[in-house]
Amino acid sequence: MSDLYQVQRSMRAMRRAALQRGLIAVLDIGTSKIACLVLRFDGPGQFRATDGVGPMAGQSNFRVIGAATTRSRGVRFGEIETVSETERAIRTAVQAAQKLAGERVDHVIACFSGGRPSSYGLAGEIALPAGRVAEQDVARVLAACDAPDFGRSREVLHAQPVNFAVDHRSGLADPRDLMGNRMAVDMHVLTADGLSLGALAQCIRRCDLELAGVASSAYVSGLASLVEDEQELGAACIDLGGGATGVSVFIKKHMIFADAVRLGGNQITSDIAQGLRVSQAVAERLKTLNGGIEATGRDDREMIELGGETGDWETDRRTVSRADLIGIMRPRVEEILERVAEVLHAAGFEHMPSQQIVLTGGGAQIPGLDGLAARMLGPNVRIGRPLRIQGLAHQLTDPCFASAVGLALFAAHPQDEWWDFEMPADRYPARSLKRAYRWFRNNW
Amino acid sequence: MQGLTPRFFDGDGSARPAPIRAGARPAPRPPRRDPAPSRLAYRLHRMWLTPLYRRLLRVGLPAFIIAMVAGLWLSDPDRRASLTAQVDGVIEQVQTRDAFMVKAMRIDGASDTVDRAMRAMLPVTLPASSFDLDLDMLRARVLRLDAVKSVELRIMPDGVLSAVVVEREPAALWRHAQGIELIDETGHRVNSVESREARPDLPMLAGAGADAAAAEAMALIDAAGPILPRLRGLERMGERRWDVALDRGQRIMLPAEGALAALERALAMHRDTGLLDRDVAALDLRDPQRTAIRLGLDAQNAIRGARGEGLLGPDGQPLPEDTNTTGKKPAA
Repeated sequence: MSDLYQVQRSMRAMRRAALQRGLIAVLDIGTSKIACLVLRFDGPGQFRATDGVGPMAGQSNFRVIGAATTRSRGVRFGEIETVSETERAIRTAVQAAQKLAGERVDHVIACFSGGRPSSYGLAGEIALPAGRVAEQDVARVLAACDAPDFGRSREVLHAQPVNFAVDHRSGLADPRDLMGNRMAVDMHVLTADGLSLGALAQCIRRCDLELAGVASSAYVSGLASLVEDEQELGAACIDLGGGATGVSVFIKKHMIFADAVRLGGNQITSDIAQGLRVSQAVAERLKTLNGGIEATGRDDREMIELGGETGDWETDRRTVSRADLIGIMRPRVEEILERVAEVLHAAGFEHMPSQQIVLTGGGAQIPGLDGLAARMLGPNVRIGRPLRIQGLAHQLTDPCFASAVGLALFAAHPQDEWWDFEMPADRYPARSLKRAYRWFRNNW
Repeated sequence: MQGLTPRFFDGDGSARPAPIRAGARPAPRPPRRDPAPSRLAYRLHRMWLTPLYRRLLRVGLPAFIIAMVAGLWLSDPDRRASLTAQVDGVIEQVQTRDAFMVKAMRIDGASDTVDRAMRAMLPVTLPASSFDLDLDMLRARVLRLDAVKSVELRIMPDGVLSAVVVEREPAALWRHAQGIELIDETGHRVNSVESREARPDLPMLAGAGADAAAAEAMALIDAAGPILPRLRGLERMGERRWDVALDRGQRIMLPAEGALAALERALAMHRDTGLLDRDVAALDLRDPQRTAIRLGLDAQNAIRGARGEGLLGPDGQPLPEDTNTTGKKPAA
């Protein structure tokens, strides 16, 4: 994991440099849209407590100065399939956001939902010879986690220490300077397909931008949509995207599980297109304007003009009732939610103390979804909107921008990851000058 | 899904009329425009957003073009000459407007001599533009005239250069090695005169440095009330102190410090004893502790006669014995 450590460290250094410059862009690469926000970091202190704005979770020290969104191209199931097409879409979004901001951005933090994320819970334990937890003991215990074989070409996206335990005391957030003989750690590792990550890096490099961080879309939309209590007590965030549905489970302000279902709003659209024999564009319009989950008797009488541009008058003048549309959409939504329920079951969500479920993403705007989800997933269901951040236009506060907003929060206030701690000296390559320096520093 | 299959027949079974079509099939729509910028446009836009390039293009380039065009145009000497001629013409045109012209000069409070001198000093011939008149310079030149104490120069709205002159009032005559001059009460030279008779009404000062102490001399003359008819003048001795010269060759020698008080003391002595009416050659008040009196020749001879000593001649040497003295015995 040494070169991963180096890669993540270099990305972290780039992120620090960007924050020092005060300008960073976040890029949400989704299946249906690509959103780009340009963030200006003014530093804390622009609000006072008398303004009614506290320090919050670090989201008060930046503001959005440019935002743009564009139709995504070349992305399927949240994975980049055609690099040149996606690069053009990224260029469109980045250029529009730059134009709005009036500034040139060089550093980008990206998130994506594909790559078949899989999460692992790792545990490590070490003895404390000094009887007290020192700085490098934290790094040692993190390095002592025995990593399973993640599989071929899998890359680690997040590796967050979730829980520290010293002797019998568990649930520690910061174990430093505590007395004890043994220290244990639980670490949550999220891996994704390295080829998808490589394609993402390639796209961003071809846009003359530096990749300053990669995050999982499920994780960042959880950051944006879950309120603080939900993150503390336990909640699942379900991000209903276009090509993939991300599921992330949070407890004690840490993500402990993330997965993605490779189904999303695009499947609903193609169901409508096939069922009603209309084009994808018409199906998308029908879904967004007239779609629904629960059919009532009134929906039988509400006739919808299909429209279309086939050139055949008869075909273009067809009408269907809204109940028909709902009849097409509902089975697919049920299927998605069933798969989500399976994922939640696999994660052991039913053993969590609080089983709040927050639906977000573009698919969460289907009317009646919360009722269906409450029947299928659990009683505590709400539709989550992303946290309000300063400077974001009103039309960008929809649930579909949850991951973009979450990525901005992630940039402003990143959680500790494994590579944020010093690497223990014996992990450095042999004959390294740095290793000798660390050895001297630790032993004298 | 009753709406999905198009209904070709109405309820009564009759065929519906075919829809009216304007032409054949509608023209296929052009493919949707791709909003993505080309890579070149993207890079240029990013370059444009870079502050250095932006400043260079928005400030540097126009400034460079303007400077280059101006430089090329001005590189021809004929064009430069015509440009300067045009600029000068415009400036001339504005300056010679009627509103800016000075047509006459009015001098108030000056004597004929000063008037003539001032008119000669004017650097331009009237009428002239007021832009050509440097009033500060003119004022400095006028003030260099000794007879002028102050001058106020002003260009009046009707094109008249008004000069209000205050001349110096001569307060005394000063005789020195080069001749006789009139000076005012501060000691400044006013004019030269040929002889004392030109201004018999003014007191006379003499000696080097008398002009510098003219104020003190004026105070002394003011204080010399009772002996004013006898006053011949004041003489500056060694640029340090005053001698009051009276007629009959009498002198009151005043100290350098406190001359006025010393003169008042002498006048008090004169009032009490009539000292100065007697044959006293000089009253020496230079030492305030000790007043000395130098007697006149007659008085000395009277004393010497009374003592049976030989008489003195006008040069102060004892006369030969055969000389018959008829010296009048001075009053005690």
